Amino acid sequence: MEFLADVSHFLRQFWGLWLMLIFGGIVLWAFWPKNKDRFEKYGEIPLRDDQDEER
Amino acid sequence: MAHGAQTDTTPYVEGVIKKFVLAAVFWGVIGFLAGDFIAWELAFPALNLDLEWTTFGRLRPLHTSAVIFAFGGNILLGTSLFVVQRTSRASLYGGAVLGNIVFWGYQLFIVMAALGYVLGVTQGREYAEPEWFVDLYLTVVWVLYLAVFLGTILKRNEPHIYVANWFYLAFIVTIALLHLGNNMAVPVALMGGDSWIKSYSFFSGVQDAMTQWWYGHNAVGFFLTAGFLGVMYYFVPKQANRPVYSYRLSIVHFWALIFLYIWAGPHHLHYTALPDWTQTLGMVFSIMLWMPSWGGMINGLMTLSGAWDKLRTDPVLRFLVVSVGFYGMSTFEGPMMSIKAVNSLSHYTDWTVGHVHSGALGWVAFVSFGALYYMVPALWKRRSLYSLKLVSLHFWIATIGIVLYITSMWVSGIMQGLMWRAYDELGFLQYSFIESVEAMHPYYIIRATGGVLFVLGALVMVYNFYRTIKGDVREDSPQAAYLGSAAGAQQ
Repeated sequence: MEFLADVSHFLRQFWGLWLMLIFGGIVLWAFWPKNKDRFEKYGEIPLRDDQDEER
Repeated sequence: MAHGAQTDTTPYVEGVIKKFVLAAVFWGVIGFLAGDFIAWELAFPALNLDLEWTTFGRLRPLHTSAVIFAFGGNILLGTSLFVVQRTSRASLYGGAVLGNIVFWGYQLFIVMAALGYVLGVTQGREYAEPEWFVDLYLTVVWVLYLAVFLGTILKRNEPHIYVANWFYLAFIVTIALLHLGNNMAVPVALMGGDSWIKSYSFFSGVQDAMTQWWYGHNAVGFFLTAGFLGVMYYFVPKQANRPVYSYRLSIVHFWALIFLYIWAGPHHLHYTALPDWTQTLGMVFSIMLWMPSWGGMINGLMTLSGAWDKLRTDPVLRFLVVSVGFYGMSTFEGPMMSIKAVNSLSHYTDWTVGHVHSGALGWVAFVSFGALYYMVPALWKRRSLYSLKLVSLHFWIATIGIVLYITSMWVSGIMQGLMWRAYDELGFLQYSFIESVEAMHPYYIIRATGGVLFVLGALVMVYNFYRTIKGDVREDSPQAAYLGSAAGAQQ
């Protein structure tokens, strides 16, 4: 437990780097070629909603 | 992804959204009028009528709160509840009852805040003027609003949460956080004073200033930007009848904005007691904001790619697209002004005021007008707006008004900054303060005239809505082309 606390304290110094890595990961995920069709299809959600009730 | 098997369906809750629309228009006109009145006050100080209630110092927060929280807030609450139901294909969580509680609760907050400013009950924090008891009350209303919005998302029939809802949710959650953080205050009665109304901030000195601008800048970032980007990501595709240019770019746009905006606040405190490294940090993060800003602008504008001709026939789309242009322009200007060398000239001058208004009038108000023009016929089940010619008229009057406003403030602000820093050959300041004030007089008149045009445009919109809701249609020529383009909500 003591050891884990030390590690966490050490790693916390590099918070800027971790945030950048997470952000880089998000960009990779968004532009990963395999995800393209799925994501672009989501863009059509507002165009399929013309009824005034749930469906 | 069609959920055709769904049998029992509930109509969307629309009555409360109609109320938000009407409230937004009502408060909008009041807020614009208040703004233009204080613009004339600056040109002709006698207009303060020599009464304490109508001095610039009291009317200015009335103006800012009326346009930001009353006009902008009602737009955001209304559009978010409109959009979340449609993109989730689920009716409002809590139904009309909870929706109405949020609506009336929020209007009461606006009235309490406005009365406070005029009567001099304020904690003097910019954009967070209401005293502690109003702040606590707003927290309750806001949590109910979050419950309505999030509840609707949770019971959605659409597997994916559309990106507009991400922006709205970021706006709701972050504003709650900022509101609670910045308004930590203690009534003086608890510290041995004699007033339960007056309170003082929990923080002091430079920490207090930093907390205030952490709040203030992120109110711009998450109220006036993230929230209205939610408006953009729904209403631009709807009005253009095309999906957003790149959904993947919108994901990156969202996360870049979330990661970066929260750090930009220190640029409001350049060359103050704030530690130098904090100022530089604020500047660097502000510059990095170019990335999401322009990513978002490109995404909005390119949605029109291949359909630019719609701008000629559809003035509602023109409002939406020009607003995105102003978004790009003012979010280019902002980071530039956060560079310390530029800020040393621009800070405390009218340039800042002009910058804020190119964002507030050009981006926030125009995207709101676009959304309103879309929603009014859709909500009141009208075939179309009363008159598209009047929409076009509104567009041009308001645009000329904005151009007068921001160009006069550029000239006035840069002149003011240069006069303040001018030295004579002996090293004395060349101008007294009052000389810089006198020099600004003509620009104040131009600015206030621009404001008159903006108000007139809004009144044209009010008339158009009145006739639309009444059910009238004026058969003017672009109408036919517009109806043919299948834009809008006509069935």
